Amino acid sequence: MMAANPTAFLTVVRPGLFATVQDLGRFGFQELGMPVAGALDPLALRLANALVGNPAGNKDCAAALEIALLGPTLRVEATSVRIAAVGPLAVAVEREGQALQPLEPHRSHTLVQGDILRLGAVDGASVAYLAAAGGFALEPVMGSLSTYVRAGIGPLGGRPLGQGARLPLARDAAPSGPETGLPQLPDYGSGPLRVVLGPQDDRFTEAALATFLSTAYRVGKQADRMGLRLEGPALMHRGSADIPSDGLVTGAIQVPGNGQPILLLNDHQTIGGYAKIATVISADLPRAGRLRPGDSLSFQAVTVEEAEAIRRRQEQAIAGWIGAIRPVRPAGGIDLDALYAENLISGTVDIVNGGSDLPLV
Amino acid sequence: MDVRFTSAGDTAFNVEFGEAVDRATNARVMALHARLKGAPPLGLVETVPTFRSLLVVYDPLTSGRREMQAAVETALAAATAATEPGRLWRLPVCYAPDLGPDLVEVADALGLTAERVAALHGSSEYFVYMLGFMPGFGYMGDLVPELERPRRTEPRLRVPAGSVAIAGRLTTVYPWESPGGWHLIGRCPVPLYDAGRTDPILLAAGDRVRFDPVDRAGFDTIAAAVDASQFDPGRLRAA
Repeated sequence: MMAANPTAFLTVVRPGLFATVQDLGRFGFQELGMPVAGALDPLALRLANALVGNPAGNKDCAAALEIALLGPTLRVEATSVRIAAVGPLAVAVEREGQALQPLEPHRSHTLVQGDILRLGAVDGASVAYLAAAGGFALEPVMGSLSTYVRAGIGPLGGRPLGQGARLPLARDAAPSGPETGLPQLPDYGSGPLRVVLGPQDDRFTEAALATFLSTAYRVGKQADRMGLRLEGPALMHRGSADIPSDGLVTGAIQVPGNGQPILLLNDHQTIGGYAKIATVISADLPRAGRLRPGDSLSFQAVTVEEAEAIRRRQEQAIAGWIGAIRPVRPAGGIDLDALYAENLISGTVDIVNGGSDLPLV
Repeated sequence: MDVRFTSAGDTAFNVEFGEAVDRATNARVMALHARLKGAPPLGLVETVPTFRSLLVVYDPLTSGRREMQAAVETALAAATAATEPGRLWRLPVCYAPDLGPDLVEVADALGLTAERVAALHGSSEYFVYMLGFMPGFGYMGDLVPELERPRRTEPRLRVPAGSVAIAGRLTTVYPWESPGGWHLIGRCPVPLYDAGRTDPILLAAGDRVRFDPVDRAGFDTIAAAVDASQFDPGRLRAA
């Protein structure tokens, strides 16, 4: 999805607080010390992309804007663009001569030249995602469009969206066809985060392991894309907390000498020298990535085989949610905006594709 | 020889070759790394070599722990430690007190002169055991025992990029400005990370490094050439 339309942009009117471009991560360079980065909530990333017709697979998911804290305000500088936001934030569009109009969440919307898209505060999870049909026309760095802010690696100079930045769009116009929506929100699961013990569970006392698996922890104030400091009863090591540094994965729970666990997220360092008591299973990483300071969490141990089975079932569920994406009937009857946008592009309303939700006019 | 497999969730496991941080142990890590890189089993995402273990990262939807571990065990049997020696780099370093603000303190603590510390540091060939902490940060050993110092009790919040540092039996060059707790004894004028290069990260695990002392004028000349994009890092490759 490379630069096809160098004149199509989302231009940053106000940058918000921390919006970065992310895909599923930059794999293959950890041996050089390069963190994987990538979306904290890959499930929401995939659904946002699926809603606008982008690749949304487990390996080939398009990049989207990951929005933390407070979203940006963006002006459409393209004939039209189809967007979808997934996650807990309010979205509204300001169109010249019209009142600010809230956009229904978890469905696609087509915006036209000059529209101003306002993304609100993220509330209820750490992040939300904004995908654009066709994706962003950005140059991958080491094969990925993920942004690793600490080292300034990734598209847009490896930085969060800044004032006046232009997010180039791969398409100059929205695709034809109806808007689509998620019939129901995805199920992230609930209850304890499931973990596989290790790789250094033998470095902890029996009491520490029992405490770890039976206590509610709280996410502390120090929480970012690198990891979450957890507050709770200290976990005692057998001997030292230090190990010869070894490789880290997202979801690893390392415990430094003070006994307070740190749950590592996507921007974690590639290697670390603290003993790791357990690793959150891959199926529960989207839920871990959504945690915010003050949230409480607990852990439950499963075997690797159980984790694999859970992950396979989850992937089937995701395929089901993506497969259930349907054309949406606009609230209140005719979606004049969508019709207008489609007419701009194709010159006619596509009755075949739009027949199920667009009333004949 | 005994090898231990430890779980890192359902997307990775470690292959541990003991606890020792030494060249013989690391050679076994690198041999398995090279073998898996050369002939990756189905579902392998990447491998991350460290001092004494290899992290094997896989896609659990393509493979699984049982299959991947079996593939790694097969690769282990075939992996030979006699892999190609890594590339040899000659990195210029200026051991001036303003560029290496801990040089004098380290010398005093060790009962040596600053000149002797610089001479000892520049006299060895180092082996890049692994990269980590930040992109391109090499953990290089082994420092001569005379220069062994524990890390600073108060890490610095800002270590300038290019700082040449020592801690324990290791030395490094900071590729980025970052926090850091190692002792800064000099500065290398050539960036270890440069987004403009085909391979932005200079060093790889398994490479070897020699430090070539340069005086202040030499440092400034190289730094100016780097700034003007007129320095070819290929010049740092030794035969």
